[in-house]
Amino acid sequence: MLTDINTILFYVFAALVLGGGILTVTRRNAVHSAISLIVSLLGVAGLYLLQQAEFLFAVQIVLYVGGIMLLFLFVIMLVNLDLAAHQRQFNKQWLVALAAVAAVGAGVGYFLYRGKDAFHFAEGGAGLPPGLGNTEAIADSLFSEYLLPFEIASVLLLVAVVGSVVMAKKRI
Amino acid sequence: MSASFGFNAADLIRFLPETILTVMGTLLMVLDPILHRRGSHAFGHLSIAALVAAIGGAVYAYTQAGPAFGGMLMVDGFATFFRVLVLVVGILTILPSYRFLARQDAETSEYHALLIFSIAGQCLMAAANDLIIVFIGLEISSIASYVLAGYFRDDKRSNEAALKYFLLGSFATAFFLYGVALIYGATGSVNLTAARAVISGQGPGGPAPAPVFIGVAAALMFVGLGFKVSAAPFQIWAPDVYQGAPTPVAAFLSAGPKAATFAVFLRIFMTMFEPIGSGWEPLVWFSALLSMTIGNFAALMQTNIKRMLAYSSIAHAGYVLVALTARSQVGTAAAMFYLAAYALMNIGAFAAVSHLSGRGERYQNIEDFSGLGQKQPLTAAMLSIFLLSLIGVPLTGGFFGKFYIFKAALESHLVWLTVLGLLNSAVAAYYYLRMLVMMYMHEPGEAVENAEPLSLGLRAALILPALGTLLLGIFPTWVLEFAGKSAALVK
Amino acid sequence: MHPITTFHYLALSAALLLIGTVGVLTRRNVVIILMSIELILNAVNINLIAFSHALHNVNGQIFAIFVITDAVAEAAVGLGILIALFRNKETVQADEMDLLKW
Repeated sequence: MLTDINTILFYVFAALVLGGGILTVTRRNAVHSAISLIVSLLGVAGLYLLQQAEFLFAVQIVLYVGGIMLLFLFVIMLVNLDLAAHQRQFNKQWLVALAAVAAVGAGVGYFLYRGKDAFHFAEGGAGLPPGLGNTEAIADSLFSEYLLPFEIASVLLLVAVVGSVVMAKKRI
Repeated sequence: MSASFGFNAADLIRFLPETILTVMGTLLMVLDPILHRRGSHAFGHLSIAALVAAIGGAVYAYTQAGPAFGGMLMVDGFATFFRVLVLVVGILTILPSYRFLARQDAETSEYHALLIFSIAGQCLMAAANDLIIVFIGLEISSIASYVLAGYFRDDKRSNEAALKYFLLGSFATAFFLYGVALIYGATGSVNLTAARAVISGQGPGGPAPAPVFIGVAAALMFVGLGFKVSAAPFQIWAPDVYQGAPTPVAAFLSAGPKAATFAVFLRIFMTMFEPIGSGWEPLVWFSALLSMTIGNFAALMQTNIKRMLAYSSIAHAGYVLVALTARSQVGTAAAMFYLAAYALMNIGAFAAVSHLSGRGERYQNIEDFSGLGQKQPLTAAMLSIFLLSLIGVPLTGGFFGKFYIFKAALESHLVWLTVLGLLNSAVAAYYYLRMLVMMYMHEPGEAVENAEPLSLGLRAALILPALGTLLLGIFPTWVLEFAGKSAALVK
Repeated sequence: MHPITTFHYLALSAALLLIGTVGVLTRRNVVIILMSIELILNAVNINLIAFSHALHNVNGQIFAIFVITDAVAEAAVGLGILIALFRNKETVQADEMDLLKW
């Protein structure tokens, strides 16, 4: 029974992810694209929940949907996109690009299909050691094993802050 | 799972260069209100001091060589070699920047801070032994580079360069990450040592995962890293970005990030993917040949000197890939030597371009160098050394770089690649020699007549790499011995 | 009904990767190209989470956190670059950026 619900939910979320994704790359109006992207990102968040990654589910919604997409919408407002919406949407090499992607996609798909036996671990496991919530487990690992990347990620964010100010400000 | 903070004093020492750089980068911005005056050189001086201190730090870290932070970093000879190399590249970028930025009225603390952060990211990449560190280091370096490429915000060319670099760069990062995700799935780890154990079938999880699966991951990571080192067929951005970016930044991009990304390239492909080497060899073989050919033939047709140097840098990426194709310790050592020689000669050539470009970077054409030999013999002489080294004439670093690479290729029985590579070098000689003819056989043009005398910073930026190039050409064994000793990446 | 395995997630992620790649390679509007890159990063994260679940360790989830961090950093810088460009050039179409030949 539980498996059935999980299966149904997976397909619902997968439809959101893929449908939102396709709409994102095909819409004429950038705001519509952004809304579709939000749908897609929410679908991804749902998948995280199915995989018992509750912490990432929250991060995805708060940070991605709430933060990054807001940034996108701000820029769409700042930059006048009306003109762009009435122009040609796809570049001249779209057919070549599509063919190339289809070829690569077929290749990757084939290899993944052949390589799927590479995963010789138990499917549908409990996910984590019992008695430990997802957030605690992440915190434990993040602040011990992954302390160095955690610290230097701050440098990455600092660079991004300085960089975006340098780029976007009228006069430094 | 107890929360133990897994590091000690030795770890911190091995992390010294990055610490020095990030502290100084932050300090530069904090000191900005105090030091910011028109024509102030304080930011440059402080940056150079930080870079010199970081070189000291890197050498000191090497005396305590070993893994740090639970195997996330591997401070060995290889890491130290590339750390010192990118730090030297940083110094050689700042030296011509003094005059260049003053000429465009664009001296800010942000320029220097971003440069320092970018170099800190590259130092991390050089020492990374875990894909998560590779990734974060790569991103610190890249994001800072995107902004530096667009540093002249009021110049459309610079904007365009930044945007193109950013779009293709982040696209490449996304592919790289997809490869990392597959590695994680197949091996359960993103640590290079642990993943290698699983891939070669010695891991705790039993037999090795299916090689096709690892192969897809390797191909995706190759695409991502190939973009960053501007190897064909992913070289498309390089000429536009080098042309549009401020010249010292273009110099930096062609040397620093490239050396660091090649360090990562070598480390990943010679440790983690080494057990499936025969699988990726054709891929790299093809890319090496394509890079050399496209780079050299396109460079023949350029009129803009920055574009020409960009195509030449694509070709040089091809030579380094030849060394990777050799899949041997000798090949790795040859790649290390070549990258050092290449960084010096290329950054020197760009310094000469930055000297001559004038306000608003008006003079960027090859014709603008005509008659340089008459008016500014020192600049012309130094540029000649770099060009001769780029050709690969004996007594220069470039010669021994190519020599060792093709020797390593022959030892690995890559006869065709060697022959085609040598033919390519012969083609390349034409466009470098054309520059020499322009400098010495033509009458001075407008650009040379208007050129200002060499400033102290530029003089150093030309003479130091020239000395380095000659040193590598006359006493190659000093560097080569160290490279040979450090090239054993599998421990 | 058949249970969902890691392979389903892999296939979904590969499909999303392809959609994102198509977006990057065919669209002219830079803002939408940026969104397509976000799609690819999400494809990466779907993979990481699925593997993390299947392998019973949290390393994949931690890597996903760093991927999201990087997505934030890239979005901020990318949109900053776009604003700087728009101020000078009044266009967001990638192929109208032709001062430098592509």
